[in-house]
Amino acid sequence: MQQRTLPYLLLLPATLFLCVFFIYPFLLVAWQAISQDGALTLEHFRTMAGHWKFSTAFWNTMLLALAVVPVQLALALFMATLVTRMGAGRDVILYIWTIPLGISDLAAGIIWLAIFEQTGFLNSILSSLGVINQPVTWLGYQDKATIFLAVVLAELWRATAIVLVILVAGMGLIPKEYYEAAEVFGAGPWKRFVRITLPLLRPSIQTALILRTILAFEVFAVVAALGGTNLPVLMGETYQWQFALQDRHVAAAYALVILAISIAFTLVFLRTLRVPKEAQV
Amino acid sequence: MAEISIKQVAKQFGDFTALHSVDLTVADQEFMVLLGASGCGKTTLLRIIAGLETPTQGEVWIGGRRVDHLPPRQRGIAMVFQNYAVFPHLTVFENIAFGLRMKKLPQVEIDRRVTRTAELMHIGQLLKRYSGQLSGGQRQRVAVARALAMEPDVILMDEPLSNLDALLRLEMRAELKGVLAESKTTTIYVTHDQVEAMSLADRIAVMDKGLIVQAERPIEVYRNPAARFVGSFIGNPPMNFLPARKADNGAWRVAGVTFEGPKAEREEIAFAIRPEDLSHAESGLPAEVRVVEPLGPHVLVTCDVEGHLFRAVLESDIVLSRGDTVKLAPTPDRIRWFDPETEQSLQPH
Repeated sequence: MQQRTLPYLLLLPATLFLCVFFIYPFLLVAWQAISQDGALTLEHFRTMAGHWKFSTAFWNTMLLALAVVPVQLALALFMATLVTRMGAGRDVILYIWTIPLGISDLAAGIIWLAIFEQTGFLNSILSSLGVINQPVTWLGYQDKATIFLAVVLAELWRATAIVLVILVAGMGLIPKEYYEAAEVFGAGPWKRFVRITLPLLRPSIQTALILRTILAFEVFAVVAALGGTNLPVLMGETYQWQFALQDRHVAAAYALVILAISIAFTLVFLRTLRVPKEAQV
Repeated sequence: MAEISIKQVAKQFGDFTALHSVDLTVADQEFMVLLGASGCGKTTLLRIIAGLETPTQGEVWIGGRRVDHLPPRQRGIAMVFQNYAVFPHLTVFENIAFGLRMKKLPQVEIDRRVTRTAELMHIGQLLKRYSGQLSGGQRQRVAVARALAMEPDVILMDEPLSNLDALLRLEMRAELKGVLAESKTTTIYVTHDQVEAMSLADRIAVMDKGLIVQAERPIEVYRNPAARFVGSFIGNPPMNFLPARKADNGAWRVAGVTFEGPKAEREEIAFAIRPEDLSHAESGLPAEVRVVEPLGPHVLVTCDVEGHLFRAVLESDIVLSRGDTVKLAPTPDRIRWFDPETEQSLQPH
């Protein structure tokens, strides 16, 4: 009897915690999004979609994810390869590269704001080099492209390390013999990367992509710091509706949209990067 | 033509010397076995030949070309790894074809070679499977097929059979010998299993503490060990050793019996005889029987000769029991002598 109940007893605290602090609030939010005064309605979704900022926010979020995530993956692969090949000093480099992970996204946004604002570092450097005569406004309300670029840079700087950490761990799991065999059978460094590292790293790439893409859809503080409301994104709009416009129902609808695209992309990654059971290590 | 020469190759890992200046020449199409206990440097030597390890000094030549500065892929070799290293994400077909694709051979040729080597290794029916769906023995066959498909001048094998169970090992051993003899490649094969070495090798290079002690035909290594280590490492049960004291007229006294022996400027040397070169006789070395093991074709008798462990393989009809004292006569031309300090053979051979 005890043998059978023990596992459930041990699972109970975590389950309760999840139910109280995750599932219950989630159900509340979902209910808010689809109800008005206790009756079911799609009115809030209509309000959301009908607002002029919605499609801009949606596409901005998508474009940001599309610009940031692939570059992060490529960068992290390159960095992870370097780290894996290093002998001494490997840990030091890894720690240094992961420092941005310890900085909150708002702080990261503010750091990059200090670079790009009118009296920021970029303008100081350019003017001391004599490239410009007077400060350039990089992040003005008309400079959508430069705001976008600044957000991309800040996100790359801030969040590539999480991908790096996952990939370094994954690369460490690939047995050395596969590389040696590939080398003996004629594969140079690039071929070894493409034919051995990438396929065997697939589970790690999958995890990293899912995690990073979901986080990219939730981008908020960096955008708020660098662009204010000039570059609307889904998470920013959620915040606006909740606190500025005081409409919890529409904010909840936004939250569900973010959830839906997160789930959709997760499913895509789960499917396309699936390793067939028989080909698993 | 792929003769392999190793010239004064040494390897150090930090303070540890894995190889002291090793010289070895392997003739074209020869099957050379590197034999030794773990840690003797045999795998290090193989990996240096493969290019997976860089020697601290010395030169490696394959087919008249100096290769020690070249990466493995430019050395014209193929290799079978101890853990097979069959790629888990590729089918058996793609595993065998891996090297051929790297060489950018036409698809027709790849198909031909993969099919041929897969048939040769009896894995033709497994071509669509993945490594995870194969048994250890089948993976081993894939690893060998992958090497053979390259049609290389040189095949290097690092303890390829050590992960198989005993029966499978026996079967694969005979098969490997046949397949490799037909493929006309030069083979270097690393093992710690002396029976494997004896059965496969054209020549055995016995290694100990980072040195090649003896590199000769198996029967030579067995009959005329160049050093005491070789005698005690090869043969099961191993060679017997007894101290021999100098007597008059250049003879040596061993356990109270006088033998003709080598000329040596020493008061004491080591007398050595293989267990199967002893027979039960009227006169000979006095031995007290400790353990009698009837093994069918013969009886293995473990005795005590003047306080030294001594084994004899005798005819199966002999009746002995613990505590008996027997006389064991060595076959005269099979007696060997070793220097007690240098441990080298005192026989000219």
